[in-house]
Amino acid sequence: MRAAIADPVALGLARGWDVLDGATVERDSTFEADVVIVGSGAGGGVTAEILALSGLKVIIVEEGALKSSQDFKMHEAHAYPQLYQEAAARKTRDKAINILQGRTVGGSTTINWTSSFRTPASTLAFWRARHGLATFQEAALAPWFDLMEQRLGVADWTTPPNENNDLLRRGAAALGISSGFIRRNVRGCWNLGYCGMGCPTNAKQSMLVTTIPSALAHGATLLTRMRAERLVYQGDQVTHLQCTALGADGATPTGKTVTLRARHFVVAGGAINSPALLLRSNAPDPNDALGRRTFLHPTLISAGLFAQRVDGYAGAPQSVYSNHFLDQAPVDGPVGFMLEAPPLHPVILATTLAGFGAAHAETMRQFPHIHALLALLRDGFHPGSTGGSVTLADGAPVLSYPIDHSLWDGARRALLAMAEIQFAAGARSVQPAHEVAGPYTSWAAARKGIAELEYRIHITRIVSAHVMGGCAMDADPARGVVDPDGRYRGLGNVSVHDGSVFPTSIGANPQLSIYAIVARMASSLAQSLTGRPAARPVAQAA
Amino acid sequence: MASRRAFLKVGLGASLVLAVGGGVYRATRAAPAAPVFVLDGEARAALLAIVPAILADALAPGPAYATDVDDVIGRVRDAIHALPLASQKELQDLFGLLALAPARRLLTGIAGPWAAARPADVHGFLQDWRVSQFGLLRAAYGALQNLVMGAWYAAPASWVAIGYPGPPLEWAP
Repeated sequence: MRAAIADPVALGLARGWDVLDGATVERDSTFEADVVIVGSGAGGGVTAEILALSGLKVIIVEEGALKSSQDFKMHEAHAYPQLYQEAAARKTRDKAINILQGRTVGGSTTINWTSSFRTPASTLAFWRARHGLATFQEAALAPWFDLMEQRLGVADWTTPPNENNDLLRRGAAALGISSGFIRRNVRGCWNLGYCGMGCPTNAKQSMLVTTIPSALAHGATLLTRMRAERLVYQGDQVTHLQCTALGADGATPTGKTVTLRARHFVVAGGAINSPALLLRSNAPDPNDALGRRTFLHPTLISAGLFAQRVDGYAGAPQSVYSNHFLDQAPVDGPVGFMLEAPPLHPVILATTLAGFGAAHAETMRQFPHIHALLALLRDGFHPGSTGGSVTLADGAPVLSYPIDHSLWDGARRALLAMAEIQFAAGARSVQPAHEVAGPYTSWAAARKGIAELEYRIHITRIVSAHVMGGCAMDADPARGVVDPDGRYRGLGNVSVHDGSVFPTSIGANPQLSIYAIVARMASSLAQSLTGRPAARPVAQAA
Repeated sequence: MASRRAFLKVGLGASLVLAVGGGVYRATRAAPAAPVFVLDGEARAALLAIVPAILADALAPGPAYATDVDDVIGRVRDAIHALPLASQKELQDLFGLLALAPARRLLTGIAGPWAAARPADVHGFLQDWRVSQFGLLRAAYGALQNLVMGAWYAAPASWVAIGYPGPPLEWAP
């Protein structure tokens, strides 16, 4: 079976891609390029392709290893340690929020669930009004969304949703709540349901199989298991990036260092690691804004037990959503939330369900009948929702994220909304991911119980798969870490091209926002470096 | 049971012990060559008592029971080794405290060595930590729950009982 699926990464390596594994670096080395890009995820991948196609010599630095479809075995036990930041156990400083982020070539795009949304109009309007981002109009961004949707196969998903997603659609419909189908960045998807463990069929159009191979085919160099330690600058010009080679375990420095010299440096390590690199580098930060306003879409979870099989592990993981609860109030009013369903696999379910012992074991025995909903809180809009902050501990990033009253209020409303939808869809019982909640056997009981719950960290389970902010764009130099083109203020040859530039959360799964906004930034950068219009990426013929 | 629960009254003290005790614990051990998580002695005995309390009847009684528990402990250790060194250090501190008799008594209320702990008392301390007034104890509970649940349900041997068919395609080696 496996032989029938061509692995484009293995084929590319055989064709002579320039890829250097840090674990194999035998002596301290120096490399030079036009542009060094730190990170190979949504921001780094899009930037690498556009710059390479535009004729620039690019080096991509990735802390994770190069893993591809031949390595993706659809086992949580393999995927989490190999492909995720901190083995999928990355947490906020107080351990209140578990954070899922990729740490592999392709970054989080290699392990995300393929949900593709354009940046909501209400988010862009807020950015224009509050952050002076005048060029972030829907019409101005539309061509960039068109471009990246075509490049990455973002399209309507016409296969019927799995039961886990359809229960959201049916429950919402029974209550008169609108829902929609999620567009996905896939080509020839097998509808297996294992996107989160690395796509085994290369259907997901992650950076791993699209922009990174394209950049490598156009002369880019990829350094893997290579940790970007610090940017070294003189005046306002970065001269080089100092890197540490990591051993075969992907964690332990080998003692070898790699120095990367370039005309320009693009930071695209994600919204925790990008601010951390700039903080380690002592990058100018006169307004103390670097690493501030980090947003997470803090996510609440509700499990429902159904008479019929749900089989939440099978089929496209996310295909139905509801924005109903985003649209109930002004964007900066009571915190709104988006509803989606998550894929259910044994480890992710068992560690997310509250409790332990016999009651937990009994719930797990109902696994095929369990349904789950997610509510993603839209943080960063309400005046009380000022986000978290990234700081350093022994050079490693630590995220503090206090949960203010506006978010707890949103959490309570989110648990109520999810329980009501699950009962409307026919749930026999509903158990919010909260240490002392439920299970409830009726909506009346859930409504009373959830309203009276204690809302505090750890007791209420909160997770995040969307880290944003920390290097916020703002037209006002006194507030923005970067300008609206992603240029770092205070360093003339540094840009930030990832989700860390968002001044608030997105209010939808952020991958497509990163692709499109970074495509515009990277095209502007390519033009400024080459003096010619940037090349336009196009999908290769299948 | 009453004596075990008495520890809750010294809650603030318990929290402080957890915050600073790790450093004391580290100071009492020879500095390891590499700061990598080690699970031995009373720390391993603690986990040997905690795993059955967390998994309960997810672990089938029978001849494989002891091996299952050993396997879970091995995978917990492996999972911790996959974490960044800072996290390994935090967990080393937690297990160090569980292994240290005075800290064990204060934080869990369990009087004697772990091998003699009654299952109901182990269940009781986990339950207390889960909803404790003190964030450090709730976080410690969360770490233990995640590590043990993750170690058990990651293994195909656990899947039959929960009706998980496993990956739809098994690649040829």
